[in-house]
Amino acid sequence: MSELPVLERELPADRPADPKSTAVAGQWRLIWLRFKRHRLALWSGAIVLLIYFVAVFSDFIAPTTAGYYNADYTYAPPQRIRLWGEDAEGQRHLLFVYGYEASVDPIALTRTYEINEDEVIGIGFFVRGEPYRFWGLFPTDIHLIGPTEVGQPFYLFGADRLGRDVFSRTVHGTRVSMSIGLIGVAISLALGILLGGVSGLAGGWLDEVIQRVIEFLKSIPTIPLWMGLAAAIPLNIHPLIVYFWITVILSLIGWTDIARIVRGRFLALKTEDFVTAARLDGCGQQRIIWRHMVPSFMSHLIASTTLAIPAMILAETALSFLGIGLRPPVVSWGVLLKEAQSILAVANAPWLFLPGLAVIVAVLALNFLGDGLRDASDPYGN
Amino acid sequence: MLTYILRRILFMVPVTLAISLVAFIIIQLPPGDFITALTAQMAENNETLDPETLAALRDRYGFDQPMIVQYWKWITGIVFRGDFGQSFEWSRPVADLIWDRLGLTLIVSFATLVFVWVLAFPIGIYSAVRQYSWGDYIATFFGFIGLAVPNFLLALVLMYLSSRYLGASVGGLFSAEYVNADWSWGRVVDLLNHLWVPVIVLGTGGTAALIRIMRANLLDELKKPYVELARARGLSETRLLLKYPVRVALNPFISTLGWILPTLVSGAVVTAIVLSLPTSGPLLLNALFAQDMYLAGGFILLLSILTLIGTLVSDLLLAWLDPRIRYE
Repeated sequence: MSELPVLERELPADRPADPKSTAVAGQWRLIWLRFKRHRLALWSGAIVLLIYFVAVFSDFIAPTTAGYYNADYTYAPPQRIRLWGEDAEGQRHLLFVYGYEASVDPIALTRTYEINEDEVIGIGFFVRGEPYRFWGLFPTDIHLIGPTEVGQPFYLFGADRLGRDVFSRTVHGTRVSMSIGLIGVAISLALGILLGGVSGLAGGWLDEVIQRVIEFLKSIPTIPLWMGLAAAIPLNIHPLIVYFWITVILSLIGWTDIARIVRGRFLALKTEDFVTAARLDGCGQQRIIWRHMVPSFMSHLIASTTLAIPAMILAETALSFLGIGLRPPVVSWGVLLKEAQSILAVANAPWLFLPGLAVIVAVLALNFLGDGLRDASDPYGN
Repeated sequence: MLTYILRRILFMVPVTLAISLVAFIIIQLPPGDFITALTAQMAENNETLDPETLAALRDRYGFDQPMIVQYWKWITGIVFRGDFGQSFEWSRPVADLIWDRLGLTLIVSFATLVFVWVLAFPIGIYSAVRQYSWGDYIATFFGFIGLAVPNFLLALVLMYLSSRYLGASVGGLFSAEYVNADWSWGRVVDLLNHLWVPVIVLGTGGTAALIRIMRANLLDELKKPYVELARARGLSETRLLLKYPVRVALNPFISTLGWILPTLVSGAVVTAIVLSLPTSGPLLLNALFAQDMYLAGGFILLLSILTLIGTLVSDLLLAWLDPRIRYE
């Protein structure tokens, strides 16, 4: 901690308190000030925003579509982007990659690739490539980055067994993998607030029943439960419905933690002075709940929710990897890692692990962000 | 104390029954039954069974009866006769199959637990006492990596690295000559030789979590006045540290036993499939795919009971360790 904590900085005695000072700052401003001190969390927040940005614009950012394949480049190794090159027609390129020289083993029928330094493939921004529908609505063929000439090989993360671009597929997978956590957490949050709130506020037999249900759900080992439920999803239904069911299954356990937090907070707040004061002021029950109690633990809840997202991303990855989660043609990080399941394939094409890197970055960033948010969520403590 | 334990065990009975019902419903959820799965599988190999055999099989397994009757038969068989039913796919009693695998599952889980504690305990203490030192940063960094890397990915990477650089295959728990051998000293050594890979893979996540918990708790404790008092009385730093704050900070260690067992068992399922370990995971997955319902149901039921026992043990240990905790 090189920076002096804001709260401890003393104001010079001869100067009047600055209206922006922390003495009069609101709760959210204090949270932001404290959050800013956690550098790692701040950077992680930026990375998380970037990942979600990629998720929203994935069709455009990926060099090609998720399904595009080229059998000439099966298991082609990753290419390195290089600076300043001149292609055969004498045209200069700022960014370029070298082409491949493929040779086929006549016995094993496997392809081996050499870098062909004579073949320069120019890389450009906003280039024309495979046609697609942006957000499924607007037909276009402009991609953020790609080879300047349509159809040239461009494999930043290498190619898979069908000659599909692993980088493009990882970018496309961002949308499903990141949103499954978000939607799963949203369902958990809704259920958790509702049932935890009822449990904490109503008390009595309702509280008892909800608590027992939570204990019950928590005592079932998660992965076998998920496996059982996921295996029950029929094979022949639309991938989108599978996606929906997976999120529901993942949030089935997730809501219990949130419900416990909400219940605990409601129980603790019920007897707080400010709640009594609000009641004496004649506030209605609804107003007390939503204007006085909920805001006082909302920040804490947001932090817990952020920490719940990475667990869901990992769970989706594990289920899809086992073949009982999402299935092709849906592209998610778990589905991509399923390609890396056989050790033989991976020994020859270790770049198939690269989507795993996306998982690690996303999970780490979300964890650090959640950590920082949790530390900041109670800005009044020491 | 005794009444508390008794009450807890009594409470486990209805929960276990509820779990058994849920487990049964879950394994019945997929459309069709084992017979449809079997015919589909045979059709893939261009084989067919005549309808009469199918009907006879259905009749034998009781698939025509309503679900509640099937459940009743299953659960009473378990409770009164210890009979978990017959595995359709293996044509063997489920109990045999499960005991085979459950033993190894427990060995792997227990070894992992020991690994996690032995590693997390000193690192957690070090991280707290030397907060913001290089060692602390390194421990925190690896801790987070351990949390973020999916188990199966770590397993694959380890397999890849060892096959590439050590020239050894790391799948399974035994070498070829010991797979079907009886227990002997050689087999134990062979097991230990293979055990480290799944233990590392399974242990990383738990170690990371425990280091962070230990560090956070110890940091809270170290600021308390009793530490200052002990120091003022002239206790040596080590003795002071181990005698008071570490003992208090140990609480969460024990209470994690409750959730670390189920997470280990859960995590072991996926990892075991990647590493082709002869534990419960791969068998459960296959049983789910083949709709071998008594086998799958038996597994889910037993894993759940393990979880319940883990929670109970951790609660008891906690009460024993910390006299401030009352039995309610």
